[in-house]
Amino acid sequence: MPTVFTHEFNTTVYKGKVSFNTGLFIDGQFVDGSDGTTIDVLNPGMSRPDIVVIQHSHLNPSSLTWSILIVFILRSADGKVITSVSEGTQKDVDLAVDAAEKAFETTWGLNCPGSKRGRLLSKLVSLMEEHADELAALEALDSGKAFNATRSGDVPAAIASIRYFAGWADKISGRVIETAEEKFTYTRHEPIGVVGQIIPWNAPLVMFAWKIAPALATGNTVVLKPSELTPLTAIRVCHLAKEAGFPPGVLNVVTGYGNTVGNAISSHMRIHKVAFTGSSLVGRKVMEAAAKSNLKNVTLELGGKSPNIIFNDADLEQTVHWAMLGIFSNQGQSCIAGSRIFVQEGIYDEFLKRFTEKSRSIKVGDPFAPDTFQGPQISKTQYDRIMGYIESGKKEGARIHLGGERHGSEGYFIQPTIFLDTNPDMRIVKEEIFGPVGVVIKFRDEEDIVRQANDTVYGLAAAVFTKDVNRAITTAHKLKAGKVWVNCYGIGDPSVPFGGYKQSGIGREMGEYALINYTEVKAVYVNLGLNM
Amino acid sequence: MPIVFTHEFNTPVYKGKVSFNTGLFINGQFVDGLDGTTIDVVNPTDSKVIPSVSEGTQKDVDLAVDAAEKAFETTWGLNCPGSKRGRLLSKLASLMEEHTDELAALETLDNGKTFNTARSWDVPAAITCVRYFAGWADKISGRVIETTEERFTYTRHEPIGVVGQIIPWNFPLLMFIWKIAPALATGNTVVLKPSEFTPLTAIRMCHLAQEAGFPPGILNVVTGYGNTVGSAISSHMRIHKVAFTGSTLVGRKIMEAAANSNLKNVTLELGGKSPNIIFNDADLEQAVRWAMLGSCIAGSRIFVQEGICDEFLKRFTEKSRSIKVGDPFAPDTFQGPQISKIQYDRIMGYIDSGKKEGAKIHLGGERHGSEGYFIQPTIFLDTNPDMRIVKEEIFGPVSVVIKFSDEEDIVRQANDTVYGLAAAVFTKDVNRAITTAHKLKAGSVWVNCYGLADPNTPFGGFKQSGIGREMGEYALNNYTEVKSVNVNLGLKM
Repeated sequence: MPTVFTHEFNTTVYKGKVSFNTGLFIDGQFVDGSDGTTIDVLNPGMSRPDIVVIQHSHLNPSSLTWSILIVFILRSADGKVITSVSEGTQKDVDLAVDAAEKAFETTWGLNCPGSKRGRLLSKLVSLMEEHADELAALEALDSGKAFNATRSGDVPAAIASIRYFAGWADKISGRVIETAEEKFTYTRHEPIGVVGQIIPWNAPLVMFAWKIAPALATGNTVVLKPSELTPLTAIRVCHLAKEAGFPPGVLNVVTGYGNTVGNAISSHMRIHKVAFTGSSLVGRKVMEAAAKSNLKNVTLELGGKSPNIIFNDADLEQTVHWAMLGIFSNQGQSCIAGSRIFVQEGIYDEFLKRFTEKSRSIKVGDPFAPDTFQGPQISKTQYDRIMGYIESGKKEGARIHLGGERHGSEGYFIQPTIFLDTNPDMRIVKEEIFGPVGVVIKFRDEEDIVRQANDTVYGLAAAVFTKDVNRAITTAHKLKAGKVWVNCYGIGDPSVPFGGYKQSGIGREMGEYALINYTEVKAVYVNLGLNM
Repeated sequence: MPIVFTHEFNTPVYKGKVSFNTGLFINGQFVDGLDGTTIDVVNPTDSKVIPSVSEGTQKDVDLAVDAAEKAFETTWGLNCPGSKRGRLLSKLASLMEEHTDELAALETLDNGKTFNTARSWDVPAAITCVRYFAGWADKISGRVIETTEERFTYTRHEPIGVVGQIIPWNFPLLMFIWKIAPALATGNTVVLKPSEFTPLTAIRMCHLAQEAGFPPGILNVVTGYGNTVGSAISSHMRIHKVAFTGSTLVGRKIMEAAANSNLKNVTLELGGKSPNIIFNDADLEQAVRWAMLGSCIAGSRIFVQEGICDEFLKRFTEKSRSIKVGDPFAPDTFQGPQISKIQYDRIMGYIDSGKKEGAKIHLGGERHGSEGYFIQPTIFLDTNPDMRIVKEEIFGPVSVVIKFSDEEDIVRQANDTVYGLAAAVFTKDVNRAITTAHKLKAGSVWVNCYGLADPNTPFGGFKQSGIGREMGEYALNNYTEVKSVNVNLGLKM
């Protein structure tokens, strides 16, 4: 029998008890993995150096939109096993696919009208709203984010996403294509079938919602792997899905590791689509496995090295605020981080002065302290990796303007770090650091800045700060990035597509665009009188 | 200097002279490959060399990408309004119309398909396709997305940049157009590899593109082999998209190369083993005629309901036996040679495997004549679902006819394949027709016909038949990157 996780929250912000089965969710049942093994889920990571948990900062969440909130994650400092959860392996993926195939052929997909799929998703949304406090508390416990932030950011964002796609469920339409009166031609946008989804640890509930909502709305059945670090909210939502009345097999969650469950999903011969959010390294493996198995379609949301371009005529105070958030939110552990800050020479000195002050004032430390902005990096591996980048920056001749050292003597804290005097060939300018390390680059030539900004293998996001409408829009249009912000950084909405150019990924999630990822187009030609 | 191919056609169906440079087309010029080597192009009708054409290698792909990048940044892409791109494509269509006979004759000479087919179908279909996408060039639009009044959010559907395209030998001109037309209409620049078996019409088209006034570098054709040029395109770090039509085996390699290089987007149009389901209530004569037609979309598994199976088989056999196999330039020829010795051997191997696995040859099964790569139209009976001739794509004039009784079970049988490119249903009953069509897992389903296509209708496969849809408005997705622009109108930090 899978472990039943029981926990009594008794905190100033939330009091309440949770108790639920933490098995794999296959065919509507919570079950042990085939191997009978379990995974320890840790509250922040003393016991395993590579696994710690993350915590929202207190940073005034009410002033931000949900999408930026989800990246404000800081590590808490507890370090105990919260619970064990069932561990899945390839065999469990097979069982989940069996269940998902059966559901697709009987109770879901083309056998269940979109209006009913939408109602079930709406029901799930209502249950999530009823359990918003509990989900927020679980997310905080599991991922270390602040309850205030999960309650006002992550959970509402996840709910908004599912509600958005619930509305799409009965609006999936093909087209009638006029050709000649002897032919009647139309297209259907049919669900693909069983789809695989693999999500990361940095925003567990929101990524879960981003993945399952469009897939289920369009009629697919799902086999999803949550991060082994943060599976609790995914498992808890399975209970809510069951309560909402989703037929067995429509949604399956197989907790496990990437090299077992993740690999089994991406190379499965009966999973016809895989969607992945995570590193470019793993994204490559997922796509390669798809190529070598059944040529499944892939959607990939990967890394970035996003430019933030600040022109002379920007609103300096606002720019400093947004730029600081752009790079230092979530300790820099964000795929959309604005890690290359380009500042035009006319305001360079003043910007640098204010940006330095602002960055120096960042409170690094205990994520439970009310005034902390930045906590520790996620793990020893990440800490070492980031410090390695800082070393490489120094060695390659860049100048440390701020920070560059470990913060304190315990845990994986790194000072907010700003490099100056870089050149485009340095690793700190070219590679994704995923830490609180920004480079500030002076530029003069408005013509050349777009080339500099685009000089990267990534293309996830970018920002432009200027008051001039022509400069703002022209620059935004020339930047090769899936998301461009003008006079802001990091805002989003479920209706707006998200995804990268170049090596930042393949496809777009969110918005109507996401529906393409989960439908196969069939063209039907009816002969109305063309005789051979 | 590249070879100038000169040929005088003197056939019953077409008389005329062609003469053109057969170099690689890079940056608006016809050039030798950097290695100075050539490829012999063979006429499949008599196995003789037609001309030799310049051979490209990885280095030539690099040069083509340089040219394509430069064009994208200066004369094409966002630097050239859609209306102008559309005008140039329309001009190309007009030039193709002027040269219709010549293009058809070249295609026949190079590929072995009959002149009648090339002249009445391939070339007109290619021209229609160019015109269709020419019309899209000034209609590429993003969306305005309403969120809140403090924000203004919109999307742009931008061209990707330099795109790579690799096309097969079965429809050389048509595949060339299916690939370049949507890519150029949406503002991308192209590096394309035609099949080394059938590069002539692609090269001839470059001359017409030059004449139409396409800026140098927007269309580059690098003739060469898959393991050199094809590999260089799919693994190139500055090509951000690759579209391929061909075998599932090679499609896999391309996707793997994309994953291991710069994670380029892929569109794949691969193989099929398409079911053609003929119910008792079908118009038998029409069903027989359509069933006989059929390429990658070949209706190679013909399922016939038991009530009409005997009569269908009788008429289908007669019809198939009457197929005139021979010289593609002869006016009454229906079936020409297979494309190459390799394909010929492969198909004959499948026929052998069918025999060995216990299927019965009902018609054909042998070589036709003693010269060229001709094979008799072949029909197998008494097959079972595990035989290779039932499971695998043969890509030759070989079909299996399978009797069925149970209407409920036929959809399962039809879908019992790793492919999902096409399918057909013959019945007069509207419910049976549409219900069956909807249950079939295939990208194109025909009701009471086979193989019809229109440039405005999407084409592509479910399952291992590919990724993505070409043609129609759907094709535009393959060649655009979506950018969302989020303008802050008053949200203060």
